[in-house]
Amino acid sequence: MKNRLLWPVVALVALLMLNVVVTPSFFSVRLQDGHLYGSLIDILRNGAPTLLIALGMTLVIATRGIDLSVGAVAAIAGAVTCTHIASGGNAWVAMGLALALCAVLGLWNGFLVSVLGIQPIIATLVLMTAGRGIAMLITEGQIITVNDDSYRQVGAGFLVLPIAILISLAVLGLVALVTRRTALGLLIESVGVNPSASRLAGVRARTIIWTVYVFAALCAAVAGLMISSNVSAADANNAGLWIEMDAILAVVIGGTSLAGGRYSLTGTLLGALIIQTLTTTVYTIGIAPEITLVFKAIVVIAVCLMQAPVGIRVRVRGKQGVPA
Amino acid sequence: MTEPVVDMRGISVEFPGVKALQEVDFRLFPGEVHALMGENGAGKSTLIKALTGVHRIAAGEVRYAGERVSFSAPAEAQAAGISTVYQEVNLCGNLTVAENILLGREPRKLGRIDGKAMRARAAELLARIGLHIDPGSVLESHPIAVQQLVAIARAVAVDARVLVLDEPTSSLDADEVAELFRIIRVLRDEGVAVLFVTHFLEQVYEISDRMTVLRNGRLVGEHMTAALSRIDLVSAMLGREMGVLEEIERRSGTPGEPLLVAEGLGRKGSVAPFDLEIRKGEVVGLAGLLGSGRTEVARLLFGADKADSGRLLVDGKQVRLTGPRAAIEAGVAFSSEDRKAEGIVADLSVRDNLILAMQAARGWARPVPRKLADELVAKYIELLDIRPADPDRAVGNLSGGNQQKVLLARWLVTQPKLLILDEPTRGIDVGAKAQIQKVVADLAAEGMAVLFISAELEEVVRVSDRVVVMRDRQKVAELDGEVGVDDVMALIAGGGDHGVDQGVEKAVAS
Repeated sequence: MKNRLLWPVVALVALLMLNVVVTPSFFSVRLQDGHLYGSLIDILRNGAPTLLIALGMTLVIATRGIDLSVGAVAAIAGAVTCTHIASGGNAWVAMGLALALCAVLGLWNGFLVSVLGIQPIIATLVLMTAGRGIAMLITEGQIITVNDDSYRQVGAGFLVLPIAILISLAVLGLVALVTRRTALGLLIESVGVNPSASRLAGVRARTIIWTVYVFAALCAAVAGLMISSNVSAADANNAGLWIEMDAILAVVIGGTSLAGGRYSLTGTLLGALIIQTLTTTVYTIGIAPEITLVFKAIVVIAVCLMQAPVGIRVRVRGKQGVPA
Repeated sequence: MTEPVVDMRGISVEFPGVKALQEVDFRLFPGEVHALMGENGAGKSTLIKALTGVHRIAAGEVRYAGERVSFSAPAEAQAAGISTVYQEVNLCGNLTVAENILLGREPRKLGRIDGKAMRARAAELLARIGLHIDPGSVLESHPIAVQQLVAIARAVAVDARVLVLDEPTSSLDADEVAELFRIIRVLRDEGVAVLFVTHFLEQVYEISDRMTVLRNGRLVGEHMTAALSRIDLVSAMLGREMGVLEEIERRSGTPGEPLLVAEGLGRKGSVAPFDLEIRKGEVVGLAGLLGSGRTEVARLLFGADKADSGRLLVDGKQVRLTGPRAAIEAGVAFSSEDRKAEGIVADLSVRDNLILAMQAARGWARPVPRKLADELVAKYIELLDIRPADPDRAVGNLSGGNQQKVLLARWLVTQPKLLILDEPTRGIDVGAKAQIQKVVADLAAEGMAVLFISAELEEVVRVSDRVVVMRDRQKVAELDGEVGVDDVMALIAGGGDHGVDQGVEKAVAS
């Protein structure tokens, strides 16, 4: 586990160092009106939704699954909440509604994967495409803006640190506690490593898989609230767009294999921070935002090369000759 | 006799930690059908793969058509004239029959594929093996059996001198097998050397001229089929060594009440309905060749496969035939023969593997307390002599024997009433084998019922109070009391030998 976390730490430190070289004041954090401000704080605040979604994704990936629908689910959460508030509803009730609906969407994903046995990538692709349509229906194609102070706190509020990152870290702590203090972590890994053996040992694989998809949808819902609250608006088309890719990338950079099995929540935290730092770095060192994608692509390729078993196998095989 | 087309001498193949083949000699002559015989893990597939360049050979030499060769990939072997048809059809179902047969060597005209010439050539090849189907039809539109024959047509399209058929009949019915055999004879008469692997003894005696028997990666012998009786073949495949193991003491006490009663339990295409009773404190052995239905019986009892007929009672209560959980709740434990795919969770630690079944029964919300887990792990590591004695080591890094002990421990901590062990001693060293047999005997002495399956007859007979014999997916006999290996062997081998009728009579009498 320590070895797996070595490279993510090195990558994160390297990115931060690059920023300090370009912007010497990068590490400076100042306290103003009881709020902390600075580039590092921005990274934390902007990275909160990605981290949260990546946490849900980590457990899904640990069971050999994947959830592509999280971005669309995030958009739906924002749409439901803003629409309800805009029509005069209470912000807390609105958020409760959004979470409930998203839990149902998670149940749908879990049903497709665990009961019908559809491949996760296909099963969640359904909601990935349909979800944006649902969000559009809810907002009737408009960008809905709201003006509600208590809702604004979720994404833009501060309690010394940004409230968004406090929520994400709280969820991280909670997941770590629940999976390691109960047997959930063991059973998730067991299902991910060897589904057949787990079934024969009596593990309720179906329930476990169902649970992780519901959890992933709830994480996506809260992340959607953060995104929408931060701008006090619901944009069905663009809220959480491609965030599933960032989340998957964060999980993989953190050392959790897409083949399922052993997972690392700390690794996912590091992965999410790397991705957000990468995005921020592009802005701070003044490169056009288009380059962000190229940077991310390079990171993906590097990670894939390090993980690829075939490359290693070919090299090993080449060395074994048939004895003369 | 003519020169052999394939002559392998002193072949050894090693995988990490395993000697898959040790100094095996093998000869294949033109114009013969040669059966390669042996139980699971005997090294049949490894030998084929060593010949066709899939596996690297650690020692020994391969001569093909008189010349020394070392193929480094299956494609090289195929180009040289050694074609292989595997158990599962590996063709492209969405392409036409002609495209499949000539895939990669399509006739061309002006750089483009000449469809007409291709269909004509394919029709020629199909006619050669007497298969009359439209070369332009899509492969998927034909039954599996025909697809298998198309695979053979493809294999001989390259003017193969050697045709390797790895269990080609496992998914075919009797008529389809007859058709396949007709084609094999046609090819044989043309001078092709056919290497044939199957688990069905009937077919071996019907089609093969000679056979080579392997056991535990070693050559047992090469025989003319006509000169080797079924009994001798089975005896060669199963082996009769193991004298090194100490005799397990016969328990004197009579077994208790019936614990498990199966009535007419069966599953279509898997195993014919059977009755079975296992009493408390009794070890029942299940004997039979691979594919005889011995594993299927165990899977039905545990619910790993769902039975479609009959009923099952454990301790007088009917068990719902819904799956493993219902069986586990009724007190049944099952350790699969496929240790890697259905047993260990390789990446997890010895501790996690050991408590998995117990944890699954408790549900995720009630974790096995760390202290209890540590106590259990320490207890079973000592009791079963699991090495290395490190609870945190990933179980995938343990040797096969120690993995098997961890699996045994996984079920023992749940204190089952009936323990089903499917080949618990396969591929593990003699020491671990003796330990596991001893544990089984001790458990039965404490009142646990055990169903013990093994490919090794000596072992089944030694550990069991009663032996149930399976053949051709049917229960054929149940032998009580002091059973001899020869009696069981006669029943396993089935028709064609005189000993059989006596065996059945004896079985009925006892």
